[in-house]
Amino acid sequence: MSNGAATETMNVSFYEPKSILSWVLTTDHKRIGLMYLITISTFFLIAGGIAMLMRYELLTPESDFVSPHTYNVLFTLHGSIMVFFFIVPGVAASLGNFLIPLMIGARDVAFPKLNLGSYWIYLVGTIILLAALLQPADTGWTFYTPYSVKTGTDVILITFGVFVLGFSSILTGLNFIVTIHKLRAPGMTWDRLPLFIWSAYATSILQLLATPVVGITLLLLIAERTLDIGFFDPAKGGDPILFQNFFWFYSHPAVYIMVIPAFGIISEIIPVFSRKPIFGYKAIAYSSFAIAIISFFVWMHHMFVSGISQTAAAIFSFLTMLVAIPTAIKVFNWVATLYKGSISLESPMLYALSFIFLFTIGGLTGVYLGTLAVDVPLHDTYFVVAHMHYVMIGGTVFGFFGALHFWYPKWFGKMFNEAVAKLAWFLIFVGFNVTFFPQFFLGVEGMPRRYASYPPQFQTLHEISTYGSWILGLGIFIMTVNLIAGVIGGKKAPQNPYNSLSLEWQVPSPPPHENFHEIPTVTDWTYGYGKKSKTEA
Amino acid sequence: MLSWLPEEASNLAGKVDNVLLVVTVVSVFFFLLISVFLVYYALKYRRRSDDDHTPYITGNIVIEVIWTVVPSILLMIFFAWGYIEFVHMKNPPKDATEVNVTARQWMWEFEYYDGKKTINELYVQKDRPVRMIMQSEDVIHSFFVPAFRVKQDVLPGRYTQLWFTPTKAGDFDLFCAEYCGTGHSQMRAVVHVLSPEAFSRWMNKGKGGAEVAEAAELSPRERGKKVYQEKGCSACHSIDGSPVVGPTFKGLYGHKVELESGETVTADENYIRHSVLEPQAQIVKGYQPVMPSFKGKLSDKEITGVIEYIKSLK
Repeated sequence: MSNGAATETMNVSFYEPKSILSWVLTTDHKRIGLMYLITISTFFLIAGGIAMLMRYELLTPESDFVSPHTYNVLFTLHGSIMVFFFIVPGVAASLGNFLIPLMIGARDVAFPKLNLGSYWIYLVGTIILLAALLQPADTGWTFYTPYSVKTGTDVILITFGVFVLGFSSILTGLNFIVTIHKLRAPGMTWDRLPLFIWSAYATSILQLLATPVVGITLLLLIAERTLDIGFFDPAKGGDPILFQNFFWFYSHPAVYIMVIPAFGIISEIIPVFSRKPIFGYKAIAYSSFAIAIISFFVWMHHMFVSGISQTAAAIFSFLTMLVAIPTAIKVFNWVATLYKGSISLESPMLYALSFIFLFTIGGLTGVYLGTLAVDVPLHDTYFVVAHMHYVMIGGTVFGFFGALHFWYPKWFGKMFNEAVAKLAWFLIFVGFNVTFFPQFFLGVEGMPRRYASYPPQFQTLHEISTYGSWILGLGIFIMTVNLIAGVIGGKKAPQNPYNSLSLEWQVPSPPPHENFHEIPTVTDWTYGYGKKSKTEA
Repeated sequence: MLSWLPEEASNLAGKVDNVLLVVTVVSVFFFLLISVFLVYYALKYRRRSDDDHTPYITGNIVIEVIWTVVPSILLMIFFAWGYIEFVHMKNPPKDATEVNVTARQWMWEFEYYDGKKTINELYVQKDRPVRMIMQSEDVIHSFFVPAFRVKQDVLPGRYTQLWFTPTKAGDFDLFCAEYCGTGHSQMRAVVHVLSPEAFSRWMNKGKGGAEVAEAAELSPRERGKKVYQEKGCSACHSIDGSPVVGPTFKGLYGHKVELESGETVTADENYIRHSVLEPQAQIVKGYQPVMPSFKGKLSDKEITGVIEYIKSLK
């Protein structure tokens, strides 16, 4: 796919032709992104539904809705589907695929056929997951040994599904890195790149380098179950803690794969809806890379009470504090961008602003857990559950929803109902906080994680949390219906409803197959809002 | 936040809570700072018209440095202080009493220096430091007492330890805090912190001191019910008819039971006793051979009590 002159298909949107075969065999990044979007969103709703069942069980202290074994299967599926089938692959692959070529002024990614292949590999992974549901695992999404070796449930299929899925992430990461290096339009220098592209690049490094580790770790687990080799069996000279080290070596960078794209989204939305340049562009751009690099060196903070040495604990607590610094810098820069802006609170901006609020809570509570003496009572309690959901929902999902609302006109060529979108946002924001904020207190009180039943003193906070989940569920339902209704019958979208300076908004809504009539020549960065003359810098 | 903390019942709890308090104060400060500016700016700079003039501000190196350096200093303080207290939590005094802990799916077994054993009840003396030497017989578990602020994973094939000095008499929850399978949420115990007099009385009960307290005053059926609830049976056997990890006790007594071997036996007194002492000898069809033996852990009186209790569950 060259970046030269366009062909005759320029005036037709990328949705044409509508034949199924043309979609199945498509190499258009916008179609591939859309297919990812539909698939990951479906998994998000399924895993979210499972969480509603879990929260329903937790209304009362006893196991009176489902058996303890069923509850354990539910939380395993909830975690595995959310992590491996939605949040790690999904946000980057859906939004990244759609946006990256458009934002850098290219016609497609560097390897379009490989891109399609990545999506098909992802689908194969999901089929294996469906097979795994016949005798679903009850290990938790973390598959700790020895339990994951000994349990009679089916661990092999689900971990193999994740293994296959990993290749989709690795190849997508490779594709994006080459695309960003090689296909930028003339004049799109590194210091003019949109911040979403900087974050996509950092995320892709993590996808490329970290994912192989979890792939191999899960293969080792499969080998342990089938061949009884003893990697993780102390009776054979192995060590169950080895599994934890391998697993978290991937899974910690994985959480940054989850959240760095969301950081990029916020950095795009806030300047547009403030009509101001982003404050601290270089700091935000470089901080994504700092986070990505440091993220490889903090994994043992998930293992402070696992039986590691005091020295190891000290080193990893220190490094964990370091990773907080570039993250905090982003938050301060986003808020500073609002100063003297012209702020308009449409739904994308509501999601972006509430992201900052919620992610700050998530990030600060991560500091609690990185502090050694404090982590001891809080580890493996609901404090950790609350922290992770504040960063993953309050962070990534709010960023993802914000992105869906922001780029919706460009992607679908239609507008959704803005008033309903605001209502849905409000329910989601309130519901999310009512669900998860009490869980910090549950954790401080000593309520352990992964408990199907619990002592009665914890009931009140669990009840509040469950009621919150109903509000959250309702909000997500309304949002989903609203977005689908917009696609079906919404008003036709203008080319640039929010007056963004970014390249993706300079093409029709939705874009044609090859994106640009002519590849643009870029003369300024994307955040030139309020610039009166070319001499202001 | 503070009223949600469990009471401080060990020498370590106050230290942990101090660090927690300071991290909380600083976090709340930064959270409020960020939120207030966020909301204030979002409202103060609301768009008035499409022709609003916005200044072309791209950054400020001084502010950037300040908000990099100040948080860094605070984070380093948290790290250092958290580490110092952590080291204290990891290093037991040399004169600590020792208790051996064996964790298995899904119960806690404690063995004291004189050979006494208890299940799901840990007896310690107030104001005396005690060190738990812990191992697991199967998967990873975790010993967690919220009131003491202590937690340590318990591993197979390796000893791990934790220590504390209880500072308040009373009963405190002990939870398993590492997911370990079906009975994980039921793997709970109680820590009894006794005054020195009460502790020596308990210690002097003799090796058979694993007996349920006040066993003499209870009828066999009441004793059996207490054993069922406190010695780990309830983790795997229901009394309402539902199969859990093991067969239900409801309606068990006197009925025919089909074994994995194909044999059919009657669940009489000897069958129940045999199952408690040598569970692997008679696995019920459709169930896994995971029941541990209670030989040496339940007295004959307690087993008789359990049998009487099961008889009452028609």
